[in-house]
Parts: sequence; C-alpha cells; structure tokens
Amino acid sequence: DGLCNTDDIERSKTEGKELTKEEKQRLRKEKKQQKKNKEKNDEKTSHEGEKKKNKKKKEEQPAGSASQPPAQPSPKVPAPAPPPPAAAAVPVPASEAPAPADKPAKSKADLKAERRARQEAERASKGKKGDVGQPAPTGKLKAPPSELQPVVKRLPEHVQVDNPEVVKKLAKKLERQQIPLRSDYGYKVSLFSHLHQYSRKAPLTQQLGIPSTVIHPAIVRLGLQYSQGIVAGSNARSVALLHAFQQVIRDYTTPPNEELSRDLVNKLKPYISFLNQCRPLSASMGNAIKYIKKEISNIPSQCKEEEAKIKLLNCIERYINEKIVLAAKAIAKYSIEKISDGDVILVYGCSSLVNHILCEAFEKKRKFRVIVVDSRPRLEGREALRRLVQKGISCTYVLISAVSYILPEVSKVFLGAHALLANGYVMSRVGTSQIALVAKAFNVPVLVCCETYKFCERVQTDSFVSNELDDPDDLIVTRKGKTQLEHWQKVPSLGLLNLVYDVTPPDFVDLVITDLGMIPCTSVPVVLRVKNVDQ
Amino acid sequence: MELQAVLMAAGGGSRMPDLTYNTPKPMLPVGNKPLMWHPLNLLERVGFEEVIVITTKEVQKMMSTDPKMKDVKMKLDVVCIQEDGDMGTADALRHIQQKIKTDVLVVSCDLITDVALHEVVDLFRAHNATLAMLMSKAHDFTETVPGQKGKKKTGEQRDFVGVDQSGKRLLFMANEADLEDGLSIRKSIMRKHPRMHIKTGLVDAHLYCLKKAVVDFLADNKSISSIRGELLPYLVRKQFSKTTNCPKSKDDADDQTQKTADGSTNSTELLICSRDEPLLQLAQERSCWNDHRGDMSEAYHGGKLRCYVHIMDQGLCYRVNTLAAYIEANRLASKLLEEPAVHPSAVISERCQMGPDSIIGAQCQVADKTSIKRSTIGNSTTVKEKVKVTNSIIMHGVTIEEGCNIHGCVICSNAVIGRGADLKYCLVGNGQQIEAEGEAHSFHTSTFNMLSLFSPPTVTRGT
Repeated sequence: DGLCNTDDIERSKTEGKELTKEEKQRLRKEKKQQKKNKEKNDEKTSHEGEKKKNKKKKEEQPAGSASQPPAQPSPKVPAPAPPPPAAAAVPVPASEAPAPADKPAKSKADLKAERRARQEAERASKGKKGDVGQPAPTGKLKAPPSELQPVVKRLPEHVQVDNPEVVKKLAKKLERQQIPLRSDYGYKVSLFSHLHQYSRKAPLTQQLGIPSTVIHPAIVRLGLQYSQGIVAGSNARSVALLHAFQQVIRDYTTPPNEELSRDLVNKLKPYISFLNQCRPLSASMGNAIKYIKKEISNIPSQCKEEEAKIKLLNCIERYINEKIVLAAKAIAKYSIEKISDGDVILVYGCSSLVNHILCEAFEKKRKFRVIVVDSRPRLEGREALRRLVQKGISCTYVLISAVSYILPEVSKVFLGAHALLANGYVMSRVGTSQIALVAKAFNVPVLVCCETYKFCERVQTDSFVSNELDDPDDLIVTRKGKTQLEHWQKVPSLGLLNLVYDVTPPDFVDLVITDLGMIPCTSVPVVLRVKNVDQ
Repeated sequence: MELQAVLMAAGGGSRMPDLTYNTPKPMLPVGNKPLMWHPLNLLERVGFEEVIVITTKEVQKMMSTDPKMKDVKMKLDVVCIQEDGDMGTADALRHIQQKIKTDVLVVSCDLITDVALHEVVDLFRAHNATLAMLMSKAHDFTETVPGQKGKKKTGEQRDFVGVDQSGKRLLFMANEADLEDGLSIRKSIMRKHPRMHIKTGLVDAHLYCLKKAVVDFLADNKSISSIRGELLPYLVRKQFSKTTNCPKSKDDADDQTQKTADGSTNSTELLICSRDEPLLQLAQERSCWNDHRGDMSEAYHGGKLRCYVHIMDQGLCYRVNTLAAYIEANRLASKLLEEPAVHPSAVISERCQMGPDSIIGAQCQVADKTSIKRSTIGNSTTVKEKVKVTNSIIMHGVTIEEGCNIHGCVICSNAVIGRGADLKYCLVGNGQQIEAEGEAHSFHTSTFNMLSLFSPPTVTRGT
C-alpha cells in the first residue's frame, strides 16, 4: 500500500502538479516510518554500545553486570552483544546471558557495523564531550524514542556540566526565569567534571536583590539553608521544602484570567530552579514536588481560590504525615522486631530514620549498644552520637577507617538511605557502600531503612554518573595552627574531591525495611510499579 | 514582601554643632551629595524600591529642593516628626508601626559604607534570626581635625561586644557606662558558649534587620526609646533568659493579631519568642546540623530568639557623626562614587592644577593658577586666581577670593573668604566672612563667636 502511494506521489511530482494535502500527509507518514525503522535498529546498536562504554568506566565490571537480572525487556539492561569491529571493544565474556534482542542483531552483523561506523562519524563531527576518550553517550540518548522499547529518558542537565551547549541552554532558561546562575568553583577532578561544584562562600543571594521580589522570601530562606547545610538530610529537606511551599501557597493570589491549577504550577517552576541552583534536588524532594504538582493540576477549575488553597495546604500536611511521620513509626515497628537483646548495632553517619528507630527500640526496653561510624569532612556521626547518648543508649564512636577492626563485634548494620533506585541500588551518604562491603565480608547482616517516598525511577550502577560535588574547601582543616591545603588551587596537579553520595549494590543489602514491610532490595521496582498503578 | 527599609534621618548631629547649626545633619554634603543620599544609594543598589524616611520638616523641605535627591529612583515615603529631639529611634519606629507589614531594615542616615548587604540579610534569613546587625572594625582617623588641639583622646565610652566562636552570633553587648564594677557574664551564657570573643573598638553601623514581632513588641512597650541604647541590649540579653527558653503552652502559629489584642499573653514577654511553626520544628529535628558541638543540646540550644552580627574587616564603613568622621568620609567619598570627580558643568580653567582625588561640584568656577589637592569643592563655588586649596572641604556657594591659601579647613556654605587669607585647620561656619589678609590657625568660627579678622594682625590658636 505504501509503495503504490509513493508511486502516485512520484508521478504527480514529475507531472509538476502540486501534491494534494492527503498525498503530502502520506508522504510525511512514510518518511517518518522509514526514519523510525532506521533509528530503531540504530537504537538497539547504540544502546548496546553505550552499555559497553559505561562498563569501561565502571570499576566493578563483571559483578555488576552479572547481578543484573537477565532478559529484561528494559533497554537499560546491559545486553552484551558481539563486539562490532568499529567500536572500541571491551572483551565481553560471551558466556553471559544474551538478551533476546541479540538474536536478530547477530544476523545483521554487517549492517550493524556499517550503521555503527556512520554513527561514530556523526558523533565525532558533532564534537560532543569525550570522557575517557570515548564519544559521548549523550548523542545517542537524544535519539527519539522508538516504539519497541519504553521511553528513553534524556540525560538530565545537571550531569552534563562540561557540555557547553547544555550549560548555555541552562543559562538561558535561568535568565528567562530571572534566576541568577551560580558559577562553578575550583578545579574539578576529571572523572567528575560533568557535575557542578559550588563554593559555600559564594551564595546565590549575592546576585539576588534584597528584598527578593522574583522569588518568594520563604524560598530564598530555604535555598540559603540548603546551601549552608543548615537543613541537611533527605527527610529534613523534604519537610522544609513542603513547609516553604505551604507559605508560597498561602501568599499566592490568582492573577485575573488565569487558572490556579495552571498558574501556580508555573509559579513554582522558577522556585524549583532556584533551589536546584542552591543545592541539587534530592530524590525525595523530587517526589514531593511531583506530588504537589499533581495535586495542583488536579484542582477543578470551578473550585474557589480559598477552598483550593486550603485543600492544597491540607494535602501537604497529609503527605508529610503519611509519608514521613507515620512511615517512620511503621518502620520503627518493623525494625524493633529485628533488634534483639544483646545486639551490637552499627550505624553510619546521621540518618534521622535510623536514629528514630534506635530511640524507639530503646524506649521499648530492648538492650543493645550502638557503634557510630563517622567520616570526614561532614562528621555527621557526632550529631547522631549526641542524639543517641542523650536518650541514654550506650555508644561507641569510630571513624570509617576503623570499620574493619570493629566489625567482628557487630551483630547488625542499620543504614539509612537517601534514595532507592529502580534497579535495587541504594543511594546514600558516601561511605555507605564501603560499610556494606565490609559488613558483607564479615557476614554481618545489613539492613537499610527507607521510606517509600524516597524510591525513585532512576537507575544507576555506579557513583560517577550522577552525584553531588560539595565545596572542596570543606576538606581543608587546620591542625596545630597549620593549614596544609590552604593554597590547593595554586598547585596545578592537585584536585580536591568532596563527594556526597554513593550507590550500594543490592547484593550487599540483606533487607530493606520500608513502611510497606520488609522487602528484599530487588523488589523495589515492584513497589514502584504498584505506586504508579495506585496513582 | 520580604523586608521594608526605614531610614532614620531625624538625628540632630549633636556631636558636630559647628556644622549642623545651620544645615541639618542629613543634608550635610559629603562628596557633594547630601549625607542621607549615601545610605539611600546603598539601598537602591541592592534592590529596594521603597524606603520609609523618618525625618524633620526642615529636612523634608531641603530634600524636595535638592537636585541630588532627585537622582534617587526609589519611592521615598517621608514621615515627619517633631524636631525637639525627644523622640528616640525606637520611638520613631513605634510611630510608624502601622506602616510596617513585614520584617524591617533600619538604617541610619549617617552611614556611609560599601558593605555587601546580603551578608547581613543572609544571617537574618538563614538562621531565622530576630536581629541581624552590621559592625565594622574601627579605623583611626588620620586627618587633623580643625579646631582640635592635638590628638584628643575620645572621651566616648567603649562598647563591649561579645561574639561566639564563629564570630556571627551576638552573645553580649554592653557599654562601658553601664558597667560599674566590671564585666559580668551570666553563667548560662558561658555554659552554652564556652568560647566567647569580646571585642572593643568596633563601630556599630546602626544597620539593623529586625523581625516584625520586634516592632509590635515596641508598640506595647513604650518605655524603650532608643534602638541602640535600649532595645538591642534587651534583645541580646533575652536570648538567654529562662522564660524564652521554656516551652510555651500556647502555640497558635497563625493568629498573631489575636495575641496582641488580648492581654492574656504577657506582651512584654514577646511574641518575639517566635514560636517556630511545627513543620519548621520537624525539619530542624530531622536535620543533622548543629551550630555548636560539645554538649548535649540541640541546634541553637533550643533558643528561639537569636541575634546575629556581621563584622566587616575590609571595606568602608563610616558613621558620620563627628567632625573627624565627616572629614574622613569626604576624603574617601570620591572612591565610593562612580561619577566623575569633576562635574561636567564646572568651569575650570586650564592653568589649574587639580589632584586626582578632588571633587568639584556643579557650576563651579575655578580660575587660573589655582591648585586644588585632596579637596572637595561644592556646587556653585567660585575660586579665584592664585588660590591654593589642600585637604579641605568647601561646601556650596562659597566664594574664595584671590591669593588665598586654605589648608585642612572646612568651609561651610555661602562663606566668603577674603583676598589673601591664610587659613589652616579652620572651620568656617555658614555665611561667615573672613576678611582679607587674615591669617588663622586651628580656628572655629560660628554665629556664636563672630570674630572678624582684620589685616594684618595674625590670630592664632583661637576658640
């Protein structure tokens, strides 16, 4: 059918007649179809190629890929394909389970090789970023989504900082929203040059006017508190964010000829950009924002402004109550079952949830003692120590370098999480994966406590792709009057790296305690799917 | 709206009577702009659009006629108060209580500074503080002040300011006059902040960010009349008072108006103890941040009232309330202003030697063979030939006849300096006339002692 249509169109073209509207539409459709078919195949090869490149970057190679459940329809599964000659090949063990998509690809090996070569040439000519000397995966992922595989998400802007076009686009977007752009500070270690690195001494408020009119004062205050670290910790940040949104909603008035459901969402966008500039949003904050936006857009248009505002304020209260406060209670209840008398529990850093659990368990008269592990530069363990000792729990305090010495004493490890990723990885404060690794080596059970609102759709298998770089000057310390790193910027070969998060693979985690119950790490996608169905 | 700016311009300038007996202090020219223009410029640069100016009728009249004040693009809401001088700064704030709808930024009209204002306001915002103020390390004034016999020891009492280890939290503030036996510090403060730095020699810039609740508190407590003298020490002390730190049984976060209306809550107790809303409390509890370490208490020691100070160690910060400060400010004014030093409408002949740090005002006429170094010359001033002006401040409408030699003087508006006069370190009042061939050294003239100088006798070491 398509063929004869093209013939018709060809004929009318050659006859010099103008194509009718229908013919033009048909032509357009066919072109699209052809393009899609071509790109579908390109996508398949591109994804396989990209996985290889990611693998090259990763430290832990076979373990990571082997742990992935094979034969998943998701395109993110690293499907080891036979290495095409054009790409910089990583010798992938052929014994690993090939995905079903491989079978048709194998038979078209030559075509694939050609397409690959063409792609490489394209990418090279576009001159995108080259990390580890490889052409960037960005170009591939920007290809339009194919029909077979689920939607391919674009790389977020905050992990493409060394791509000048993306930076320019971000600057333009911020200019449109009248939000100042925060400039990066200091030399960035090359592995992490794709992330932002800001200085705490250069707050964003320097470039804002006083009094702030573009951005609501509650949001400015919140942004300051984020960037100075006064509000730190996933739960605290979400609660503070929702509190600020409550104030914004209270002070909001619908402009004439506008609907609250659409205008309020537009009002929130620059605020979110501003907060993002102050400190990158956490996964829990992202979920809270999604929830709020959904609630706002679901306000019926005939609802009066006052009613709508009250409704929204109540929604926020309810969200916090259900997802944070009650969830903490539920998790504490489940965890107390897991804590037996005589336990020695190891905790890392300051997780509000884990502290809450331990305090509750102590009140329920469980006999246990706690070992608090701490690490520089944040030294958050001191705050956790203070809270536990204040309750009367007997604690030991060590630095992370002593973890393997103290682990023989430990019976359980309780860890908090910043987010749980869709492939079961746990994203938490840097150092957590180390603790989990050592605990696994000593056969000590590792329990992660995390509320369900922190589960996010993102997938990450290493800590490089997406992370947060904190102020490098935090690493500078003065001992006995001497500050050795004071002039680190003058030494050309020296870079200071202050990572905030890292990811722990699910094979180091024995149990995840959530408000829905105690689940294994690999059941996170199930929870996400159930949540999506609910909503 | 986040902050409202209030400019206090009703002060008398009691410490420089010779300058202010004719011109009110807010309108004294500094760098050829009225004194109050400088803080207004600071506010305008930072982004304020409206300012409430509290001043006297006289100043308001002068403001409306002064061309430099027209440059101020902000909306000035001028509130006039009586000139008798009984109204303190806190009284003035109480007077405009109805206009205050949000937190307030109080600035004094005699502040000349280039501080990055966001440093002060950020402390106010980030820590949800009740008070945030600006202070600066004092610089010694190096210029000789006319009329002063040698370096006089300032008879002013010292201010003792106690800050915590980070240098931001204000723990203690007292003036030497209030301390009879010695400096005593409460044990509760020492327990909470074992390391305190006590500083003297700091200049209080009189720039305060105050919460709205403080203004409401002032409205109820009519006994407080000065912000700097009474309100500030009270707030600083109240941070550690037992009553503020006890948990309050009533906690209506929303109805603030109700609390002021009925007398059930002790209004002197202050709604200043800002009952942090429950969500903020929750966020603070869950946050793993503490402002101090070493003891068992939570962030801020659970205190709801917090006072912060930003101490500038670099940059300009002057309070022009003495003659020495006035002269110093004029010297540095050229650095502050972005305009060209010489006004385009001034007529300056080519044979005039002008130093780079002099400022010439509008419509001046400077004749040949004159030398002007490190001086400020006001508007519509005429300087005739062969005049040497160094290190001086010449205000508006002055006529300086030929051959004068003026060194280190302050010559007020509309004065006339006769031919060949030789003035060193003198202060010539408004509209005074110095006779020709007079010589004066370290002399003050004002309406009170109209001494006319005849030629040729020399008069040295006058009043």
